[in-house]
Amino acid sequence: MGNKQTIFTDEQLDAYQVRRRLHSRYHELAPHLVPMDYTNEPDCKLPLALIVDMPELKENPFRNRIVESFSEDGMGNLSFNEFVDMFSVLSEMAPRELKAIYAFKIYDFNVDNYLCKEDLEKTLNRLTKEELTPEEVELVCEKTIEEADLDGDNKLSYADFENMISRAPDFLSTFHIRI
Amino acid sequence: MQLYLSLNAFKDAHICVFICIYILIVSHECKPYGITLSTKIQPMLFAEEARRRSRNRRSKSQRKAKQVSEDEDEEEDEEEEEDEPPRRRGRRKTTKTDEDETPQRRGRGKRTKPQDSDEDDEGDKQRAARKGSKASKKKAAKETSDEESEEERVSRKKAGRAVSKKEKEEQNKEQKGNVKGKDGENKDKKKKKKMSSSSSSSSSSDSDEESLSEGEIAALKEQVEEKKKLIATLRNKPWRMKKRLSLLKEAQDFVEKFEGALGKGKGRRLYAFKVMMTKVLMGLPYGSIPRKTVPRDEEDTAMDFSVLFDFGVMIFALSLNTEFLTCSCGIARVTEITEERGYCKYSILFYGYYNNDRTIGVLQYRLPLSYLLTSVGVFGYSLLVVIRTMARNANEGGDGGDEGEFIFSWKMFTSWDYLIGNPETADNKYASITTSFKESIVDEQENQKDENIHLRRFLRVFANFLILCSLGGSGYLIYFVVKRSQEFAKMDPKTLTWFENNEVEFVMSLLGLVCPPLFETIAELEDYHPRIALKWQLGRIFALFLGNLYTFLFALFDEVTAKLETEKSIKNATEWALHQYYANYSSFYNTTDVPPPKVAPADVIRGPCWETGVGREFVKLIVSDVQVTYLTILVGDFARAFIVRFLNYCWCWDLEAGFPSYGEFDISGNVLGLVFNQGMIWMGAFYAPGLVGMNVLRLLTSMYYQSWAVMACNVPHERVFKASRSNNFYMGLLLLVLFLSLLPVVYSMMTLAPSFDCGPFSGQEKMYDVVIETIDQDLPAFIGNIFIYASNPGLIMPAILLMILAIYYLNTVSKAYQQANTDLKKKMQMAREDEKNRRNNKDSTNQVMKDLEDLMPDKSLAPPPAEEEKPPEVVIDKSVKPTKTKPGTAGKGVNVQKEVSLAAPNPRRPVTHAPGPRGGPPGNTRSPQPQPGKGRGQGAAPRR
Repeated sequence: MGNKQTIFTDEQLDAYQVRRRLHSRYHELAPHLVPMDYTNEPDCKLPLALIVDMPELKENPFRNRIVESFSEDGMGNLSFNEFVDMFSVLSEMAPRELKAIYAFKIYDFNVDNYLCKEDLEKTLNRLTKEELTPEEVELVCEKTIEEADLDGDNKLSYADFENMISRAPDFLSTFHIRI
Repeated sequence: MQLYLSLNAFKDAHICVFICIYILIVSHECKPYGITLSTKIQPMLFAEEARRRSRNRRSKSQRKAKQVSEDEDEEEDEEEEEDEPPRRRGRRKTTKTDEDETPQRRGRGKRTKPQDSDEDDEGDKQRAARKGSKASKKKAAKETSDEESEEERVSRKKAGRAVSKKEKEEQNKEQKGNVKGKDGENKDKKKKKKMSSSSSSSSSSDSDEESLSEGEIAALKEQVEEKKKLIATLRNKPWRMKKRLSLLKEAQDFVEKFEGALGKGKGRRLYAFKVMMTKVLMGLPYGSIPRKTVPRDEEDTAMDFSVLFDFGVMIFALSLNTEFLTCSCGIARVTEITEERGYCKYSILFYGYYNNDRTIGVLQYRLPLSYLLTSVGVFGYSLLVVIRTMARNANEGGDGGDEGEFIFSWKMFTSWDYLIGNPETADNKYASITTSFKESIVDEQENQKDENIHLRRFLRVFANFLILCSLGGSGYLIYFVVKRSQEFAKMDPKTLTWFENNEVEFVMSLLGLVCPPLFETIAELEDYHPRIALKWQLGRIFALFLGNLYTFLFALFDEVTAKLETEKSIKNATEWALHQYYANYSSFYNTTDVPPPKVAPADVIRGPCWETGVGREFVKLIVSDVQVTYLTILVGDFARAFIVRFLNYCWCWDLEAGFPSYGEFDISGNVLGLVFNQGMIWMGAFYAPGLVGMNVLRLLTSMYYQSWAVMACNVPHERVFKASRSNNFYMGLLLLVLFLSLLPVVYSMMTLAPSFDCGPFSGQEKMYDVVIETIDQDLPAFIGNIFIYASNPGLIMPAILLMILAIYYLNTVSKAYQQANTDLKKKMQMAREDEKNRRNNKDSTNQVMKDLEDLMPDKSLAPPPAEEEKPPEVVIDKSVKPTKTKPGTAGKGVNVQKEVSLAAPNPRRPVTHAPGPRGGPPGNTRSPQPQPGKGRGQGAAPRR
């Protein structure tokens, strides 16, 4: 971490410093599992429970989904490369489109490539800690779909989502994590 | 020596008086009656001083022949005395020690004469001596009576009598102290005895006025010394503990009391501060003038020090005691206090305090001019600030225009800040997201329900009718009460009951308490969105308050006109008296050089000074407003919350959820309270400049107090909404209030005549004459000319016209921009729908459309081919057209009809894209290949 701001894009990941810092974080998560020496790319993965405990993710209501959507197997086990991927997408320099894709993945709870009503309900409940009544949740989800659904199939495809999120003023400022 | 002393008789008598007074002040500083005594005396000081000065001047010349060098010294000392009593005493003290050693060195008193007489003797002698002084003073008074008016003499006699009375009192006290001190003393060492006797001898030196005053100081000083010694040696004394303790206490008290006056010890600084404060507050900073002193007949009720320091606080505390028992009784007490508040009336808080000297100080500060300009400037600046804030808010409001599309989606997907890593922040964020969702839900529900529009309309009209009725009723009630109070005002106030005296205030605060909840209840009929309902509520309460305020103002103006009448008579009387005085003086002394009459500032006859009266009314209003607000919070919120919280354990039903519940935070009431408070300040600041400072204090305290109340005792509004969105509405109210409070002030500035003897504008016809005077006298002539030209109607009329035109132009421009804005928004909306349509088409949800699109070349997907295919259709036109000389509009129309009839199968092509590349035809006109088949199918398209 440190006080130096991390700026790196997807393509420039091999910036030595950043990678090294990320590696030290990764190593800290599970010193017994992750070797210090990474020169020959050992095949090791960290389980979701460990990663979710990072202070950067700890308070995030979508922490499980974030980790899951970046893991290849979908179960939340992250290799070091996937770990790096995650923070690169969530960094400030990542392009809007990339962020939109991953945001879509994060909010797609049931991984059917559409944001359907139950996904929205889950999102909403996590955002409000289930403070809203079921009727209110229903209303909000309906309104959301009504607003963003362009093709009238009562669920949001990626295109709908992208169209909506590309106009949101705060998306870029809220969808990023500094490490 | 004797001659000199007798010549200085008056002076010394006065000095003696001063000393006694100062001692009195100090000795009674803690006792309540002493406080009023001291205030009584204070104004007299000035009278005495003035007289003393004049006499000094006269006696000096006579004295010159027999002057001894020491006398000069002495005189200076006395001159200084009034200015810095403590210091002087300090000096005396130091010299006194020398005197003790070589008592005869200065040859002033006969201190060395050993006198073993008792203290009682001393008292008698003092009294005798003082009688002598009084007699001589009277003689002197006769001598100088020519230059003093009758009235003044009477007053002076009165003062003299009062002072001598006080002296006696003081003497008695001293005696007592001495006697008490002596009890212990007699049993003590001889040395002390000696000292006391020496002091007594010095003070009792008969027929020697000079040494009397000196002696008194000396006596006092020695008494203090004695007491100190007593305190120090008390342990060694073979007395009973009880006696010791009582003696010790007495001695300590005595030392504490008198040490300060003698300019020594820790009491000194406090004492000096007190003297300074009295002087400052009594109006010494730039000359002592009548307006700054309390008039003689009000001195009894005038003031105590504490009032100055805690103007409101003390009253508040005082009234709190009573108000806890009976709330209304407290209000009565408050009004009484404010009515009788003697001192503050003449303090720097109010208009009347300020001088009408054109310039003051080294820097030639023009007080009257700056007073006027400041008042006007405050209004201008406030207007500017309010308008600027409103404009800024308007800009912010414009930004949110395109939010309408994705309210919920954006809230859902972008409201969480992924940077949050702190649990507390996260909790706050959850809460704020929930609130914002709820707000949107409420908005949405409002949008959705319009089931029975007719019933709703009826209810709204009905509610407004009810509210209008209650507004009218309250207006009539106030009118009625004010009328009645005017009748009461003519009657003797002693015959009226308390309620009759305070009816107006009572009714006004009652209305303020009852009406808002009533309005709220009625407003539930209307069933508006809370934000809109809040606005209505605010507007209604605003109307109510405004009615109250203006009724109050009209009553005030009545009072002012009455005061102006009495002022006129007083002014005439004063002028007549002055004229009389000048005539007498000049005829008696045969000189035209008449000095102004010497009247003690406290005795000057003065007008009612309506400006100060108005200022006092406003201060009263503010103070009572503060009290009402604070009490309402204390009782309505705190006590209620307290009861609900703790009585809930042993109650039949659930108090928290049931009937009383906790109070909701009343946004409308608080906002309006602030707005009206500000309005009062704007109105009152001209008449009571101190009001601004008071208000700052009030706002500071109330901020913390109210925030505590909100956090501790209130629950949030049941229906969530963001009140901050209606910021501009509040600012609009503020602007209206500012304008309304500006009206009366400017009216009084421009039309009413200022009081003739009070305030910075006294002596002027109108207040703004100060500006004209400055322009005439202090600015170069050409600037005056410029002003004359500028105030010419011929210039002003065109300027106003120009401004109106500018406003019109700017208004039109802004409307045009608005139009453009809405057009653009509409276009964006269209584009979005377009996009939606296209997607739908692509997804082939609409079978008919799909079929139709099959008929034609796939344009939406592949524009380039469309361009290629276009030429033919144009060519068709060409092929048809050549028959005609010119492709006129009429011919075209015919052709189109023909074409359309031919192309009947496809009359309604979906308008999914722009009319098509018009640019194509000119380039392709040269290729003359007719392709009727395709052309027919598309013939209509390009022409649309």
